[in-house]
Amino acid sequence: MSNLSVNHLIAIKDLQPEDIHLILNTADNFKEVLSRPIKKVPTLRDITIANIFFENSTRTRISFELAEKRLSADTINFAASSSSVKKGETLIDTVNNILAMKVDMVVMRHQSPGAPVLLSKHIKANIVNAGDGTHEHPTQALLDAYSIMEKLGEKQGKRLSDLKGVKVAIIGDILHSRVAGSNIHALKMLGADVTLCGPPTLMPKHIESMGVRVSYNLKETLEWCEVANVLRIQLERQDIKFFPSLREYSLYYGINRELLDSLSKKIVIMHPGPINRGVELTSDVADSKQSIILQQVENGVAVRMAVLYLLAGRLD
Amino acid sequence: MQSRIILDSLKFQLTIERLCHQLIENHADFSNACLIGVQPRGVLLAKRILHKLEELLPGVKIKFGVLDATFYRDDFRHHEKPLLAEETDIDFVIKGKNVILVDDVFYTGRTIRSALDALLDFGRPEKIELLVLIDRRLSRHVPITPDYVGKTIDAVTSEKVKVEWSENGSEDKVWIIPYKE
Repeated sequence: MSNLSVNHLIAIKDLQPEDIHLILNTADNFKEVLSRPIKKVPTLRDITIANIFFENSTRTRISFELAEKRLSADTINFAASSSSVKKGETLIDTVNNILAMKVDMVVMRHQSPGAPVLLSKHIKANIVNAGDGTHEHPTQALLDAYSIMEKLGEKQGKRLSDLKGVKVAIIGDILHSRVAGSNIHALKMLGADVTLCGPPTLMPKHIESMGVRVSYNLKETLEWCEVANVLRIQLERQDIKFFPSLREYSLYYGINRELLDSLSKKIVIMHPGPINRGVELTSDVADSKQSIILQQVENGVAVRMAVLYLLAGRLD
Repeated sequence: MQSRIILDSLKFQLTIERLCHQLIENHADFSNACLIGVQPRGVLLAKRILHKLEELLPGVKIKFGVLDATFYRDDFRHHEKPLLAEETDIDFVIKGKNVILVDDVFYTGRTIRSALDALLDFGRPEKIELLVLIDRRLSRHVPITPDYVGKTIDAVTSEKVKVEWSENGSEDKVWIIPYKE
């Protein structure tokens, strides 16, 4: 297969496993490009991409922008806080006005789940979802899967071709996390066993129907898994109290050095960023050799280049 | 139109040997030269040349890499599907080196045009040469000429040149076959 089955990347659950393999295999090529003295290819030099961010972002926005520039695309950046959205313009009007200036692709982050789907039905451009509310963050799931395959394949000197039988735990605020949603779909499609772990108040009801296990015991979960993807406590999305205090949260669900050292094997620690240091991870864990947090960021550029390249190949 | 063989197994090997001797004439012990196979089909030829050179020059270590030029092609979005890249692996510095690019069949020249662009992103070589097994002359779309040629042939656009390799389970052979869309 050499073509994606979709025109937009809105959610991992819209993809087929073959799409994920195609994206990750293409990311291998771009990772090599990023190691060259000149880290840039001319492929998308006739394409313009708008990065539209209705919600704050550092990593994702910079990562997309770098990916676009490494592919030689022209980019425009748009932050809702400094735009006519403040004057009451609708989402579709805003985007259509940008597209009238001959933009081919849109990378969008929005606080409302479903905003990219709505947009894809009303505008003529390929859309990449860079996070929509608590729904999905597909490129994060792809780069997480890629980073796990790379790390666990280190001993063989080659990235794993799938995640069959690999035990991955997703820990923390599952309820508010779009990263968890996308990750579960991607990991299951690649064959991984997934356990979710966090306080009962932050665990969505009936989540087991997605084919995952649920645990409320951190130590047990860490003993079980090979990889722990630790999520950020999303205080900005919590309008009521889901746990008594951050201190109590970190006592029950925070990972520190002592806990890691008490395990029978060395597990891999991941975090999508930004880290609340001292809450979900202590600094000596986040900065340790077991953590691949910065590799995740590095791989993010290659994976996003692959997504943009493959979607651009579908443009007329 | 009938298929015909233009290089049989014996001539194939003699041709490769002759190309190796021509390279040795120009590059002596290869201390400042390197071989780079162009993906996908130049790689097999480049490996064959490498092994033959190592046979002819015992003890000499020749720098070898493979290069994919997919992202530099001029026909992205001219096909129904995106073109997929193959591996690139050049683990040495090409700045100041004499680079010998290797491809199997030289036809329109567009692949080599994009390979030249890709190569320059790794640094500034002293010189770039081109070695091909088969040169389909009079069919160039860009002004590029190879430096080392195994065999020059005339074939019309309704024909295709097919190279078979013993590495892939058949005998070493080069055919001209009718081209099917």
